[in-house]
Amino acid sequence: MNNPASAKVEAITRINDFVVKFANVNGSGSASANNMFAKAVFRMGIPVSPHNIFPSNIQGLPTWYEVRINEQGYLGRREGVDLMVAMNEQTIAKDIAAVVPGGYVLYDSSKPLPEDLFRDDIQYLPIPLKDICISEFDKPPQRQLFKNIIYVGALAALLNIDFEVLTGLVSDQFRGKEKLILPNIHALELGHQFAMDDFDCPLKLQLKSSDKNDNKILMDGNAAVGLGCVYGGATVASWYPLTPSTSVVDAFGKYCKRLRIDPGSGKQKFSVVQAEDELAAIGIAIGAGWNGARAFTASSGPGISLMQEFLGLAYFSEVPVVLFNIQRVGPSTGMPTRTQQGDLLSCAYASHGDTKHILLFPATPKECFEYAIDAFDLADRLQTPVIVMSDLELGMNEQICDPLRWDEDRSYDRGKVLDAKQLEEIEKFGRYNDVDDDGIPYRTYPGTHPNKGSYFTRGSSHDAYAAYTEDGDVYAEVMDRIAKKFRTALNYLPEPEIDNSGNNLGLLYTGTTTSAIQEARDLLARQGVEVDTLRVRAFPLHDSIKAFIDGHDRVYVIDQNRDAQLKSLLKIELNVNEEQVESILSYNGVLITAQHIERAILTSMESQTAADKVES
Amino acid sequence: MTYISKPKFQHPQLQANNIGLTRRDYEGTLTTLCGGCGHDSISAAIIQAAADMSLEPHRVAKLSGIGCSSKIPSYFLGKAHAFNAVHGRMPSVATGANLANKELYYLGISGDGDSASIGLGQFCHIVRRRINMLYIVANNGTYGLTKGQLSATADLGSKTKSGEESLYDNIDMATLAIELGASFVARSFSGDKQQLVPLIQAGLSHKGFAFIDVVSPCVTFNNTDASTHGYKNTWENNVALSQVDFVPMRKEITTSYDAGKEKEITLHDGSVIHLHKTGSNYDPYDQENALHHINQHKKQGRIATGLLYINQSTSDLHELTDTVDKPFNALTEHDLCPGDEVLMDINETFR
Repeated sequence: MNNPASAKVEAITRINDFVVKFANVNGSGSASANNMFAKAVFRMGIPVSPHNIFPSNIQGLPTWYEVRINEQGYLGRREGVDLMVAMNEQTIAKDIAAVVPGGYVLYDSSKPLPEDLFRDDIQYLPIPLKDICISEFDKPPQRQLFKNIIYVGALAALLNIDFEVLTGLVSDQFRGKEKLILPNIHALELGHQFAMDDFDCPLKLQLKSSDKNDNKILMDGNAAVGLGCVYGGATVASWYPLTPSTSVVDAFGKYCKRLRIDPGSGKQKFSVVQAEDELAAIGIAIGAGWNGARAFTASSGPGISLMQEFLGLAYFSEVPVVLFNIQRVGPSTGMPTRTQQGDLLSCAYASHGDTKHILLFPATPKECFEYAIDAFDLADRLQTPVIVMSDLELGMNEQICDPLRWDEDRSYDRGKVLDAKQLEEIEKFGRYNDVDDDGIPYRTYPGTHPNKGSYFTRGSSHDAYAAYTEDGDVYAEVMDRIAKKFRTALNYLPEPEIDNSGNNLGLLYTGTTTSAIQEARDLLARQGVEVDTLRVRAFPLHDSIKAFIDGHDRVYVIDQNRDAQLKSLLKIELNVNEEQVESILSYNGVLITAQHIERAILTSMESQTAADKVES
Repeated sequence: MTYISKPKFQHPQLQANNIGLTRRDYEGTLTTLCGGCGHDSISAAIIQAAADMSLEPHRVAKLSGIGCSSKIPSYFLGKAHAFNAVHGRMPSVATGANLANKELYYLGISGDGDSASIGLGQFCHIVRRRINMLYIVANNGTYGLTKGQLSATADLGSKTKSGEESLYDNIDMATLAIELGASFVARSFSGDKQQLVPLIQAGLSHKGFAFIDVVSPCVTFNNTDASTHGYKNTWENNVALSQVDFVPMRKEITTSYDAGKEKEITLHDGSVIHLHKTGSNYDPYDQENALHHINQHKKQGRIATGLLYINQSTSDLHELTDTVDKPFNALTEHDLCPGDEVLMDINETFR
């Protein structure tokens, strides 16, 4: 029964194109072993995208690590599992059921697998992992940890992973802790040897070294954001721990400790403040921004909700501040460790009254790095909050992208800030005066000049000189001027990425949906359906988005939320005709797939054709 | 309320201070508070304190929250930048502002609603973070702007003008500040300028988090005989620890004090506080005794005022986190950006 040759459906034969999923128990040390597997594929030059599907838990609940391998470079998720590494007894029945016919299950055969879990259309790869560990290692923690390393070693034999790549990874991982290298390599060898002895290695599902990752990096978005904040000149980070945003500030702190220590004095050119809550976190960042330091906070849905009042203050009193929203599944506590694009509306118009905020939508770690830097320039230039809308998928999963670069000729845009000399030349300083007719006023830092440039920053209604007013006309003038500033903002924001070949159909999307787009287009093309694409990269929305929609018979707007929030923004901001746009929605907490998009469009087209037939 | 600018004339004989400024250079706009409001006396005390110690007005950043108290930064130091934050959240804004530039004086003005109710959490945490600033609470036991509801500092049994009685124990901001590690804690009364002015000066000069709880009666809503925050009760039950004098760093000490009757505290900037004893042998460095002293007086319906506690050996947030000497807001890309070569090395760690 355990013999792979006994399956009734022929095993899948595929090179560099399959999905391996690891089902583990949270807290069992599987993360670094699984990551080693993904990184080995990356180092073999094969495009790979790992996706962590983890619980809001420290120990005990099920966790999965799904690795998509695709020579063509499709880095989104793909439905179905070709090889399941089933290491969790709680979920094993469901995990085995998820394997596609012709696929494989690798499991720990130290204990017999219940009869009802045997399917006749898949191959079983039994390895007595626990027994091997007990005979090879003395200490219980080692027995647990090395179990994971042993199955990676077995996978190396089964899938034809270059063993030297794995040993290289072990050496890198334990640099500085050299005595851990040998036992890890020994564990890899144990698994490798067992697989070589017991199975026909490699399987028909296998890897072959390629050259697709030359010069690429494999990085998670949150690390890129944290590094971007270092390069963008942030000195104050205030935050409250919240999954999935925590690793942003962790990364910022880690890089600062290496890169932001004054060589002469050994003192810090940064400050990380863990605040008492998200209200204080954004308040600290706003106070620092008001006083001329670049400051940011990072959070997620529940924290963003708490920040609403302060965001309104920063909008109306025109204080620069950068906020990273690593979106997770709402409403309320929702699913804290799953992904969603659920905060588009609540961020675009955060806070009471007429407000609007600059949003940036990165799609890759490289863009996380670049938009983090841009966000500080934009916040200073436009004197308003800038919210970078990442999500859990992008923030906490590694993704292949081009290497990060810094342009040595670039300097920070600190916006319109007057120094003492400039103030001397001005007769009367008005903090909210539209001197340049672009809606952006001039500001001063506290302490600049003994007699000139001081003003009162307030969230209450004020005139062009920052004085309190209850004159409705003066209030309206200020509100109109801020609206003008947001039109000016379009000159500074990244434009949408458009691929327009004059097709009748368009796809409009943002953020992590991007990972599924090329694959969806290719799948649709095979069905004879050609589509143009537009990726929204910033809010407020550029006019070219309206033109794109108007230029197509139908535009599918893809939202990873229930309520079609991106589509709502198009309708509110661009007065888009409801007839021209149709939603594709995905909100089950995991990254949208190309197959989902393909199905939605084909179904929509079928019902359209049916409706047309009825009409005619 | 509207914005009223003050006419710009001054008495020709107004004396200039050490940096050539007169009292008028420390004023702000005309007050829009009720006539007789205790808060206006606090403004006047701040003006006098800053002028007498020759503080450069533009080197002060004024921060406040929301409420009657939080309006008063308009009425003093017109040449200083001010930030009127959202209700109860001034401490976080002050923390960020202080981080951005360690070289300014930070003066926070809040009220009992702002700091003891909606902003109690932020108050507690700014004390813990040891921000180098002076934080004044203008404490009237009531919500003036919303017409006289009881606040969390109203004493049990205290009554408002409408007769509403406080059913709950009060929050004592001074004991709270001492317990949470504030390194300068005083209480005063807006009507006692002789005590309040030197305390403000000392609080501004103190390095670390300085807190002054100022009983400041609300003449419109909470000044009845049955209110513990009214003028009558405060005058009758104010027990001043000591008479306080402040000698700024720049000023020579010309008055000679009887050494046996006073305690002298030299602050980090060289300024000196003289505490003239009024009888008891009070040690302002003793944290536990300070708490005991406040509570003992409270039990007797009395209000202990004066410099209650001081600790000059704590570090502020900048020292705790070892920040560079240059203010963050003066650092440029040259100081902050590691450059492309370093980035190339970082890329390698992701391969």
